[in-house]
Amino acid sequence: MALLENNFPTFMQGFGYTLLSSIIALIGSMILGTGFAIMQIMPQVWIRKIGNIYVQIFRNIPLLVITFFFFLVVSKYVKMSGFTSGTVALMLYTSAFIAETVRAGILSVDAGQMEGARANGLSFGQALRFIILPQAFRVALPSLGNQFINLVKNSSILAFVGGLDLMYQGNMIAATTFETFSTYIVVGIFYLIITLPLSYYMQHLERKLKHAA
Amino acid sequence: MVTLGIFSAFTPQNILYLLGGLGITVGVSIISVILSLIFGSIVGIIQFERLPYFSKFVGTINNVIRNLPLLLIIFCVYFALPKIGIHLPIFWATVVAMSTFESAMLAEIVRGGLESIDRGQFEGARANGLSNMQTMFYIVLPQAYKKMIPPIISQLISLVKDTSLAMGIVLAEMTYRGQIVYAQNSTYIIPVLIAITLVYFILNYGLSLVARWADRKLA
Amino acid sequence: MEKARKRQFGIIATIVLAAVIVLGLMWATATAKKNAEHQDTLARVEKLGRIVWGVKADTKLFGLMNTKTGIPEGFDIDIAKALTVQISKQTGVPMSAEFVPVSSSSKMQLIKNTNIDGSVSTMTITPERKKIIDFTDQYFDAGQSILVKKDSGINSIKDMNDSKYTVIVVVGTTAATETKKFAPKAKILAVQDYATGMQALKSGQGQAMSTDNAILYGFATENPDYHIAGSTFTHGPYGIAFDKNQGPMIREANQALATIKENGEYNKLIKKWFSDVPGLDWHSLEAK
Repeated sequence: MALLENNFPTFMQGFGYTLLSSIIALIGSMILGTGFAIMQIMPQVWIRKIGNIYVQIFRNIPLLVITFFFFLVVSKYVKMSGFTSGTVALMLYTSAFIAETVRAGILSVDAGQMEGARANGLSFGQALRFIILPQAFRVALPSLGNQFINLVKNSSILAFVGGLDLMYQGNMIAATTFETFSTYIVVGIFYLIITLPLSYYMQHLERKLKHAA
Repeated sequence: MVTLGIFSAFTPQNILYLLGGLGITVGVSIISVILSLIFGSIVGIIQFERLPYFSKFVGTINNVIRNLPLLLIIFCVYFALPKIGIHLPIFWATVVAMSTFESAMLAEIVRGGLESIDRGQFEGARANGLSNMQTMFYIVLPQAYKKMIPPIISQLISLVKDTSLAMGIVLAEMTYRGQIVYAQNSTYIIPVLIAITLVYFILNYGLSLVARWADRKLA
Repeated sequence: MEKARKRQFGIIATIVLAAVIVLGLMWATATAKKNAEHQDTLARVEKLGRIVWGVKADTKLFGLMNTKTGIPEGFDIDIAKALTVQISKQTGVPMSAEFVPVSSSSKMQLIKNTNIDGSVSTMTITPERKKIIDFTDQYFDAGQSILVKKDSGINSIKDMNDSKYTVIVVVGTTAATETKKFAPKAKILAVQDYATGMQALKSGQGQAMSTDNAILYGFATENPDYHIAGSTFTHGPYGIAFDKNQGPMIREANQALATIKENGEYNKLIKKWFSDVPGLDWHSLEAK
């Protein structure tokens, strides 16, 4: 516990950066992911193709490789810190999974509803916004929650690029104090503070939705 | 500069070295997925059975593991095991860490798969004189696994990607080996990163096609 | 009936599992304590007939992976090989040398956790480290410098004492702590290894990379746009590291080191690795 006391500001700073990175990446990936999900159900084939290619690329390569790409290559042309590179990579990576989740949500809504809405004079965009998406999100909510939990855990990738997050600070503390195990236990507890309540809430939500169905 | 890198970065020996890394990546992934399928099934069945206290207890431990970053588990396993006299090579330390984490993930999938089976089937089987165990092994599990094939394959894809995290403990998998190659000469970085990305993509996209095919076949 | 049996089973299983976990943890703590107290490195390597050396795999001149053989090559590796041969002779026990690539951030933990027996990995002897592990006599003379772009206008570490500058270091190296003393206002960016550090410097994540001069010379040869600014601002010779309180092992290693310095093998290795480095007076590195 002396370990926690002595390094409390460092742990808190790491916790702050982990939260910050997660929130930025969450907002960004929700917007991007929804966008790419909609692209994949558009009537135009070529738009669907583009959406699909994006999702397949980012789903199938490791987050670490994407992060290195931004940190070491892209930053030659556009200035960005380790924190920014990691967060951007996290955002793009997660958006592919969110796109899949939202798309599945949209597909779960009866196709007849779209036709009905169109027949009632709504445009494609209006039908999507007012009729389809609200239902799709409700269906997708538990798995979106799981994506957010994954995102928080994946933010530990920032440790590889000096992103100042919890894992990075944990490594630094472990490398100077040599209390490796205790340090990682503290780091683990900090992650659980964010992820565990979320996880239980999502399980609860999932059960509730199933009863409603 | 970039073109220069392309020609000199991919000498036969560097290519072989990177492919060796791919072998390690795939090896870790496959062993881990098999181990975690076994342990994940056990934990998943325990949770599904709703045994008083026991299922909650196991479920809580499972939730804790599931909600930790894999990177943290890898570091913990690698640094902690030798302290209690277990000296594992990096490869097996990674397998232990990945299997622990993935078992927790697969347990959830198994539980979900079991819950999707109609409860009526249990009663039917019991009525036909099968025991609890027999019902589970001969009637319910085979159906549940069939449904679980696609999510299991996507876990395998995650494993292949997540193996790259083990470069944190200097496992010589593909991403680490890429780094070694561009340590030779820093103009190699772009071609090497692109090559690695392509290999991961082809492998994982292939797996996802298998998952989709299985999904259609079983539906 | 059925329900009662399930309940009984659940309770018993919970107690058994809880007991296993508690006992397991107790056993693990006890074993960890015992292992931390007495483990004689020399006895272990003699018994197993091999010395597992932690070496660098991403550092030019000292330890860089040969992608053909899968074994790192460099000054550190050659020293470790020579020492293994000498120690075998001294103890009369034939031993082979094995190499495990380590990163700067992991090497100390790997020694403490006995993943490796000893480490020849560009490791500076410092009082802080001496509290935790044991060092042999120095085997290489080094000091910390900075590597900057030639047209950066930075001439020494003192020029970097400004919050607009970022110094790149590697997690777990002495540079990570020393740089703060000489340029307290500069930001520090710690990365996992030198290869990433050099890439980060080239892509402008920082204006300088700081570590030992000998390592920086390796990077300067390969990147003509970069040079070493100013002289070394610390003095930190490298030592070979073993776990704490390994008197017998340290004695053997020191004797072996003295022997190879005397019989000229050490100087041969200095010549082999450092005679081609531009800007480095390699004769000054030779054993007198």
